[in-house]
Amino acid sequence: MSADTSAREESTGGASPRAGPGATSTARPGREPRRQRSTLTSYGFLGPNLVLLGIFLFLPLGWAFLISFQESSGFGASGWVGLGNYRRLITDPTFWQSALNTAVFTLITVPLSLALGLGLAVLMNSVLPGRRLFRTLIYLPMVISGVATALMGVLLFDEATGILNKLLRGGGLAGVPWQSEGTAAFASIILVTLWIRVGFNMVIYLAGLQGISPELYEAAKLEGASSWQQFRHLTIPLVGPSTFFLLIMDVIYSFQVFDTIFVMTGGGPGRSTSVLVTYAYENGFVTRDQSYAAAIGIVIFLLTLIFTAIQWRGNRSRDTAG
Amino acid sequence: MASPLPLQGNPPAAPAAPTAGAVPRVRRVPAAQRVSAAARLGTAVAVGLVMMFPLYWMVTIAFSPNADVFSRELKIWPSEWTLDNFRTVFGSFPTATWFGNSVVITAIVTVLTVTVNLLSGYAFAKLDFRGKGVIFLLVLSTMMVPVQVLMVAQFRLVTELGIYGTFWAVILPSAASAFGIFLARQFIIAIPDELLEAAKVDGAGNIRIFLQIILPLCKPLIAVLVLLTVMYQWNDFAWPLIALKDSQLFTLPIGLLYLRGQYGADYGAIMALALVSITPIVIMFLAFQKYFVQGLARSGIR
Repeated sequence: MSADTSAREESTGGASPRAGPGATSTARPGREPRRQRSTLTSYGFLGPNLVLLGIFLFLPLGWAFLISFQESSGFGASGWVGLGNYRRLITDPTFWQSALNTAVFTLITVPLSLALGLGLAVLMNSVLPGRRLFRTLIYLPMVISGVATALMGVLLFDEATGILNKLLRGGGLAGVPWQSEGTAAFASIILVTLWIRVGFNMVIYLAGLQGISPELYEAAKLEGASSWQQFRHLTIPLVGPSTFFLLIMDVIYSFQVFDTIFVMTGGGPGRSTSVLVTYAYENGFVTRDQSYAAAIGIVIFLLTLIFTAIQWRGNRSRDTAG
Repeated sequence: MASPLPLQGNPPAAPAAPTAGAVPRVRRVPAAQRVSAAARLGTAVAVGLVMMFPLYWMVTIAFSPNADVFSRELKIWPSEWTLDNFRTVFGSFPTATWFGNSVVITAIVTVLTVTVNLLSGYAFAKLDFRGKGVIFLLVLSTMMVPVQVLMVAQFRLVTELGIYGTFWAVILPSAASAFGIFLARQFIIAIPDELLEAAKVDGAGNIRIFLQIILPLCKPLIAVLVLLTVMYQWNDFAWPLIALKDSQLFTLPIGLLYLRGQYGADYGAIMALALVSITPIVIMFLAFQKYFVQGLARSGIR
């Protein structure tokens, strides 16, 4: 995704072999006559990618729309039912439960990811022995597969043999019903998601923090501002662009979380951790109601599109402002 | 590594003075500051322990005898170190085959994706053509679409193409990824036009310019694209789960789920296989952390 706001572009420097401010790609006078040939050459370069994307992305996307207007009948769909599948969605309590779970999950994980990410970024940006090691530890979960992560979650949160409940019982407390009770299962998924996600939030905030001039903090100190006041009135506003970017990325991530939930709880117990993506999978490949799954997929697609569009608008307005 | 995205023009690393760790200076630091430094370190250690613990526990369980897992008492260290779980995993399951499958699929997807994304990145960055803006927007708009939107239609597509259940059913849809295009375009756009103009004056065509000028300058970009694609593909789960059916053709994540289905709560074996499956990526990450972090920050994917 367009990770780069203009602010971050400066702060990260990036991998770009940028030679100077003059190095832009704007067309210069005298190019016009070559345009025809250039278009042909360009499509030569784009060709392989466009063929792959066309066949395996755009075609299925269009096809998914069509399938969502058909009825599922055994293998392969047949018969148009118009908006039938979408009407069914409206009256399907499991769909609404999944949508609600998705929303609650997103509303809890996103602010927590942001807050933890910013807090850790400030910490890891300060004078700290072993800073590099700590950063590595926080990044590490990002690169580990969702299935392995979820299985670690299963191991830790196992009601009978998991270490968390053993610790609680060792301390004379009752074990938490991580698997048999909906709220506890939901909490376990949130904790695992935060473990995965906090590193990404920290990376982006660190880049944002490093773009802030230290003189601003010097000035604030001279004025007698406390650390909290500096954080509240300097840091938070100045990392605003990073916050906005992360907000959108975290929202998209959270409502698309599949591996963690699918492996850890499978949507259970009951429907208490079922979300839109797991419910779509269940319909498509467990109960084999593929047209209905396609309709849920289209709903997910439209939601994704809305947030992607917000992200672009945000980027563009900041770019022109900067 | 002062900055997670350290390249030219290292920005002044905020309050961190270069010699902050030196002993003579510490003595001059007031007590309040020393307390806050200790608090920071304490917090960092606590966070580090929390982040490490699940990994530590996975390793511990993988090397523990089964009795430890099911014992009611708390053991924070294996009662004895054993390779039994690894013997089970490699002996009773086609783990070596799964590992090989993951390697083959990841390698092919990476070569395909990186190649086509570099080509497109060059076109979007340096060539001028009809429909550029629209196509770029269209391509980018697909980046965030999750597999659950497409899975039913993709499943039917690979079935129609006659590749369902084969490696190609995993490889081709996975290679159709747009995230690298954005990164490639951004990197290549910053290569000075003067270099390309000079080559054109010498009579070089676009293909020669791409191969002889662009590619050699793109080494950091290629490194980032390769690492991210390898990570993404190695870890990919939802689509291979749908596209593969024969357990001999499974990739490691699918094999992990399969093992769990067979062994239920035998966490020793499951953690042994989980450890086997994450080790290559963890090593890659530790070796090339700089590129990983930079790529993740700039592409926005995880």
